[in-house]
Amino acid sequence: MQTATLTVALVGNPNAGKSTLFNALSGLRQRVGNYPGVTVEMKKGKFVAGGADADLIDLPGTYSLAARSPDEMVAVDLLLGRRPEEPRPSVVVSIVDATNLDRHLYLTSQLLDLGVPVVVAVNMIDAAKAQGLAIDYAKLGAAIGAPVVPIQANNGTGVPELTKLIRAAVDGGARPHGPAFPPAFEEAVGQFQKELSDEVPAFLVRRLILDVGGYTEQWLVERHGERLKAMLAAARDRLAAAGHAVPGVEARARFNWVKAAIAAAVTKPAVRPVTWTDRIDAVLAHRLWGTLVFLTVMFLMFQSIFLWAKPLMDLIDGGRESVAKAVEGAMASGPLRALVADGVIKGAGSVLVFLPQIMILFGFIAVLEDCGYMARAAFLMDRLMSRCGLSGKSFIPMLSSVACAVPGIMATRVIENRRDRLATILVSPLMSCSARLPVYVLLIGAFVAKPGSPGWLPGLVLFAMYMIGFTVAPLVALGLRRTLLRGAPPVFVMELPAYRRPKLTSVLRRMFGAGWAFTFRAGTIILAAMIVVWALLYFPHTDANGESYPERIERAEDAAKENADRLKELKEKGDAATEEEKAELAKLEDAAALPDRLNGEWKRRSALGRAGLWMEPAFKPLGWDWKIGVGVMASFPAREVIVGTFGLLYDVGDVDPKAVGDQSADDEAKEKAAGLTKAVQDDWSKDPVRGRYGVPVALSIMVFFALCCQCAATLATIWRETKSVAWPVFTFVYMTALAYLGATATFQLGKLIVG
Amino acid sequence: MPTLADLSPGQSAEVLSLSGDAALVQRLYEMGLLEGERVEVVARAPLGDPIEIRFGNSRLSLRKAEAANITVR
Repeated sequence: MQTATLTVALVGNPNAGKSTLFNALSGLRQRVGNYPGVTVEMKKGKFVAGGADADLIDLPGTYSLAARSPDEMVAVDLLLGRRPEEPRPSVVVSIVDATNLDRHLYLTSQLLDLGVPVVVAVNMIDAAKAQGLAIDYAKLGAAIGAPVVPIQANNGTGVPELTKLIRAAVDGGARPHGPAFPPAFEEAVGQFQKELSDEVPAFLVRRLILDVGGYTEQWLVERHGERLKAMLAAARDRLAAAGHAVPGVEARARFNWVKAAIAAAVTKPAVRPVTWTDRIDAVLAHRLWGTLVFLTVMFLMFQSIFLWAKPLMDLIDGGRESVAKAVEGAMASGPLRALVADGVIKGAGSVLVFLPQIMILFGFIAVLEDCGYMARAAFLMDRLMSRCGLSGKSFIPMLSSVACAVPGIMATRVIENRRDRLATILVSPLMSCSARLPVYVLLIGAFVAKPGSPGWLPGLVLFAMYMIGFTVAPLVALGLRRTLLRGAPPVFVMELPAYRRPKLTSVLRRMFGAGWAFTFRAGTIILAAMIVVWALLYFPHTDANGESYPERIERAEDAAKENADRLKELKEKGDAATEEEKAELAKLEDAAALPDRLNGEWKRRSALGRAGLWMEPAFKPLGWDWKIGVGVMASFPAREVIVGTFGLLYDVGDVDPKAVGDQSADDEAKEKAAGLTKAVQDDWSKDPVRGRYGVPVALSIMVFFALCCQCAATLATIWRETKSVAWPVFTFVYMTALAYLGATATFQLGKLIVG
Repeated sequence: MPTLADLSPGQSAEVLSLSGDAALVQRLYEMGLLEGERVEVVARAPLGDPIEIRFGNSRLSLRKAEAANITVR
């Protein structure tokens, strides 16, 4: 008889085991649903309930249906059937923690007011038994007026019974009802219902009265104006005078009901037994031991993002190179080959190269969250973070950003407060990420670490560059929280959940989910940005005589290859060579350098190169010439690109950023990197400004890189996470302005000191 | 009147009243922290703030400024 698909909503407190139950029910058949205008994501899956197909929606974990923000309202609207893109759920499954029924049944009592059948799944029955709790599920069901089923979601116990009860609840169609409120409150509800007519469901009328400053109040006062506001204030005053002040009236009505249900169905041991959580917390929340454990965990996490990811990243890089080479071999030369090899494949490679870091970080976050440590870490760091207007929950995202802002920004999902989350997202790119390192190493190597200068200077400069991020980010966060993101300091009431053993499958799910989301949603935008910069550096690709640069370079390369053996032979002769041979050597060396020279000439004539020349006056206060300017502009999609672009502009050829300062790189790559350092030194020494003020110019470039958001991946991730173009644009503009000012100040100050 | 912020780790007391910001009070109620509940302060963070409290099987982290809105006896 059942033909239509059922829709089942899963609702519960955070840490009730909601995700575990969701996975147990829907297996691998799940996807993520997005909602316009809010940052909420809800997972959707499918399962079979008593022979009928059912859609399952996993609502974000919540303690209450009292919505305070548009994000929280999505769940309430969905449950009431007020979201146009989703059907109203036919059944709500309320998942509760058996060891903490006293609190979890509060949300259940709110769900019973929705007017939809409710099935209560009591999870973690094993832990309850271990704590000596005896629960009579039949009596509990009778007391709360809804079917109750015991489950152990992490091993699937009770899940088949749950699906049967879901089906039975739909067929039965019984509408439960929650606890009774005092008559004075019901009277007020009636009055407002009349005023607002039927457009507002009874559930929201109750929320309107109960939630002072809540989302329902904001929404309805905006629509109905001051009259409603005055009416509301009067009604709340009347309730307070009658001894039923909001929000206490709701808490008392619901918790009395919960206490009665528990008294009827649950037998507790006379003395609360000492739990594992008590014992572990005695160490982990301890002032000294807790701090030590915290520092160790953070160090391990940080180190693994750097170290474990490196071999994988090298593997991806190597794969990218070989695919690009294979394509170059297989396709005829021309713009199309260049687009595929240099634009698409290198672009895609630079997206995929972030994957190992993202997945490792999310593996850590999943373990820390699942075992309950994440909340303790936020607890330990809250005081420090609150000084810059954030909360303890911002610590891990900001620390992760030192490796890479992309996983860091994705990690802000653990912050529920919208303003806090936004502030954290907007300052994360200021933390000095690993892609800035090659730039620092190149410039420090060329201008700071000179023979004769003190040995500790390079290290100090590098340290200073990292400190810029560590000091500017909190300051900007504080500024944002006082201006753009002003608001009452968020309520930092955070649950510290019981410790639990993390489950491998759920950790893997989180890792792959994060990797997938990054690759396919941020990746496409990054790829597009990479292709645009590639095109700006590729076109026009003909010289003044209309000859194609790629073809000239290819010819020059072929010629150099033919003479490679002879060149080597002549080089080995060294001083023993005759004058004739020396002249030949010089000619051959010149021919061997021709491809790089042609490449440099081409880049200078490209659209971006010309833009750099045209914009040179703007770079003057920073002490830059057009070459530096072009290098910096070309590195807007990805900052490490500057090393390669400098290579092209200074006629050294393609330089691998990873070979800069890396002793393990192969000889040819090291030689090129060293050649670039020398070429930049030589070029600058011929120039009046940069010759005299080499160090201030180098520092000004470094400061620019420290403060600028030259990373399409970061901007794309901000776009994706905030669901708004405005925030990535804002980040880009404020960071570029900060970088420009910072670099100008550095150069001008440096000039004064040197001069 | 002593508040929850005045207790040291290891001490417990009974909640008398909650006051202050409406959203804060409502959130504490929703978490099950009602008048008459017996609360123990479990720990204090290394920098002195926030504090960890336990009542029943629930554990919460509260900033001291928030805990100062909860009077106890």
